[in-house]
Amino acid sequence: MQAAALVLVAITGTAVALARQPLRQTLLLGIYGMALTVMFFSVQAPDVALSEIVVSTVALPLIILAALRKISEQERHREREEDEER
Amino acid sequence: MKARGRLLLFALAGPALAAVLVIGFTGLPSFGDYHGVYGAVVTGVELTERHATDYVTALNFDLRAFDTLGEEFILFASVTGVLLLLRAMRDEQVQDRHDDLGAHDYLGSSAALRVLALLLAVVLTALGGYVVLHGALTPGGGFQGGVVLAAGPIAVVVAGRFLAVRGALPEWALEALDAVGAAAYALLGLAGLVLASVYMKNFISLGIPGHLLSAGFMPLNSIAVGLEVTGGFLLILTEYLDQALLIRRGQS
Repeated sequence: MQAAALVLVAITGTAVALARQPLRQTLLLGIYGMALTVMFFSVQAPDVALSEIVVSTVALPLIILAALRKISEQERHREREEDEER
Repeated sequence: MKARGRLLLFALAGPALAAVLVIGFTGLPSFGDYHGVYGAVVTGVELTERHATDYVTALNFDLRAFDTLGEEFILFASVTGVLLLLRAMRDEQVQDRHDDLGAHDYLGSSAALRVLALLLAVVLTALGGYVVLHGALTPGGGFQGGVVLAAGPIAVVVAGRFLAVRGALPEWALEALDAVGAAAYALLGLAGLVLASVYMKNFISLGIPGHLLSAGFMPLNSIAVGLEVTGGFLLILTEYLDQALLIRRGQS
């Protein structure tokens, strides 16, 4: 059980590192958090598993997605200003 | 450095790193092999002396409650930093959409999603309250329960009702929640100083282990930390979503 959880963590971690776009990385971070939770639970640490599941699937993707949305909106605003100047 | 040069360097360094890792991992002691003294003393003592059945929470909120005070104020300071950085600047304006509660129905939001979010919000709030109150008895505690409590309004936001969440939980209420939680934790320590002559010493009578009102002031600590974490997370959420949805760079 522990070995299977560790292998799952390794696979999802590699997938997060190999994803190129921030949106995809965010979704993969959620899955990586769930794999980490299973691993923490398999080594008998339920408190850490609870913290990990709420932080990595709820709080972290939310903050990253809100920041991404704000950045893309600023880029659109800047492009619109440049188009108006021309 | 060109790609081929990088690959060549990896071909030299990769096997060396793999060899070091293999030698290291095979020489590790087995899982659960513990030679220290403090851990054995603490796990032997926590049930009999502190009447708590969740040893991690008993360590966080009673034996090392002073460290948790520092951690809570780290969270408080970081939430304050986020609020400072993400306030509306001089050349931005906040769109006042208080009369338009259904305004942020994003593409894909439907009635089914809203019903699911309502169910999830109720379940998550109940689960969060359970985890916070049973801090000394079951795995979990103030921090985990606080974040689960904050996930209830997040489910409502995912269903497209961000303005309703802003209306139901205005910013002054969340700030009050955060501040009351942080202050309550520090004041519990002061009560320990007044009533038991040591700061953050357990001054309430320890009950029967396993009952809800047992383990002294651990449930109170847990509730204080849960309030602070809920308020802090929801403040961060509303600040980020204000930035993403409501604040526009405009002529003011």
